[in-house]
Amino acid sequence: MKILVALKQVPDTESKIKIADSACTIDQGDLKWITSPNDEYALEEAIRMKEAQGAEVIAVSIGGDKAKDVLRNALALGADGAVLLKAEATDDPLSTARALANFAKGKDFNIIFTGHKCYGNDNGSVGQMTAELLGLPHVHVVTKLNITENKFIAEREGDAGVEIIEGNLPAVITAQRGLNEPRYANLKGIMAAKKKPIEEIDCVLEDATIKVASLALPPARSEGKRIDGDPATQVAELVSLLSSEAKIF
Amino acid sequence: MILVFCEIKDGAIRKPSLEALSEARRLAGDNNVSALFVGSEISGAENASSYGADTIIKVESPTLAGYSSDLFANAIADVIIAKNIKILLLAATSIGKDVAPRVAARLGAGLAADVTALCIKDGRLQAVRPMYAGKANAIVDFLAEVQVATIRPNVVAVSTASKAGTMENFPAPTSDIKAIVKEIIARSSEKPDLTEADIIVSGGRGMKDGANFKLLEDLATAIGGVVGASRAAVDAGWDIPHSAQVGQTGKVVSPTLYIACGISGAIQHLAGISGSKFIVAINKDAEAPIFKVADYGIVGDLFEVLPELTKAVKAVKG
Repeated sequence: MKILVALKQVPDTESKIKIADSACTIDQGDLKWITSPNDEYALEEAIRMKEAQGAEVIAVSIGGDKAKDVLRNALALGADGAVLLKAEATDDPLSTARALANFAKGKDFNIIFTGHKCYGNDNGSVGQMTAELLGLPHVHVVTKLNITENKFIAEREGDAGVEIIEGNLPAVITAQRGLNEPRYANLKGIMAAKKKPIEEIDCVLEDATIKVASLALPPARSEGKRIDGDPATQVAELVSLLSSEAKIF
Repeated sequence: MILVFCEIKDGAIRKPSLEALSEARRLAGDNNVSALFVGSEISGAENASSYGADTIIKVESPTLAGYSSDLFANAIADVIIAKNIKILLLAATSIGKDVAPRVAARLGAGLAADVTALCIKDGRLQAVRPMYAGKANAIVDFLAEVQVATIRPNVVAVSTASKAGTMENFPAPTSDIKAIVKEIIARSSEKPDLTEADIIVSGGRGMKDGANFKLLEDLATAIGGVVGASRAAVDAGWDIPHSAQVGQTGKVVSPTLYIACGISGAIQHLAGISGSKFIVAINKDAEAPIFKVADYGIVGDLFEVLPELTKAVKAVKG
């Protein structure tokens, strides 16, 4: 079994976002960077499969030198190899998917894992696009996964409830919170990861299909009305406001 | 010409699809809007004419009875190619978010996901979409010729516009199915997903115990809403499913009314609810950050306020 896990480096979810002077991107100044949390579920699932039945797990990320932190962490957690596709990260999901598909093509990965949505550009599209470009099935927003022989049975969050989806490997699986509980790297893993190489491949993201023309902070919400009094008085006034202003009733 | 992929359930076009159709009508001006339905034995598609569809295209086949990403993507892409369509709109529902990227990848199209506003500029689509879970808003230009956008539910208004709605059948794709939905374990209620809900009643750490979510359920039932939870509540081991989590690490929501009960308002949570039209906060801590974004704030004991509120809502709604 060969597994590819695509990881993205994103600003910590605790971060406040500031806009850069260009007004097209965020100010990266003093941000703390992490592996996109949904990608952590993807990586954990791959490592569990490796532990359960044996597999070679390769972590890949697109980005600059800084993205090596994400790959180093993946190695510390149990990935066997790490590849950096060196390029300026883009907000265009199709450019990203093309780079991933080009890398994966011909390498006989049985499963390609990634998070269902990266925190940042919030496209939630790269997994499905990569599957399409490689002619593979995909299951998106997966909360439970079973692999038997060459088949997968996955559970995903659908509009009407949990959907159970079956298909044949190879396939692309995009992970959602709930799939597993990711582990932390231990000291032994962290030390070992320092000695493992990260393969670097120059990568040009071509034929952008969308571009962010401008980026702005949303209009700030201002604090509204505090409703005083005992609970019965508060509730009466709230219901009145919900009726007169918010038109709920 | 703008093509709108529409979902239908029990003979009725789903509300997020009606929103997409209405938006297409507004964008198209005098140009054609086509509503596309994919499935087996489709009924109710003709109603699209009341929401501005000049043409109603049905792709019907027994193989399309259940949703499959690859076959539905094929069906949509086939129509786009055959009719030389440049703009495809879908609702950002579970199916829309699943299939749109496949269609875009197939056609080399630009995709703007989960957009909150659209306009036509110099003959091309321009989209506004939240990034960083709503901490920033981007204006997105399309560089590719074919332009695809999924529209976040509950953001654009449904409007009626009576059009011809000429019916047309289009052949179904004959390709093999790569992955198929075998079974759907339906939620116990018919309530919509949080991302589509018009009213959300949400609980946080201040609920103190999972059993107390009954208070939220009662209010949600009375007011016609869906129950959500903060990450703190989901992580507390109260047996609240991850699918109920609202915030940057859960669902980004856009209801008309969001009622936050015992939620302090971590930055990730505030980002995820920033698309709400009205926010009510009920919290005993007067300094909780949630009050800074709430339209209506009640400092008080939610165990007293919630039953009162449920009672009052029942009285108003009769």
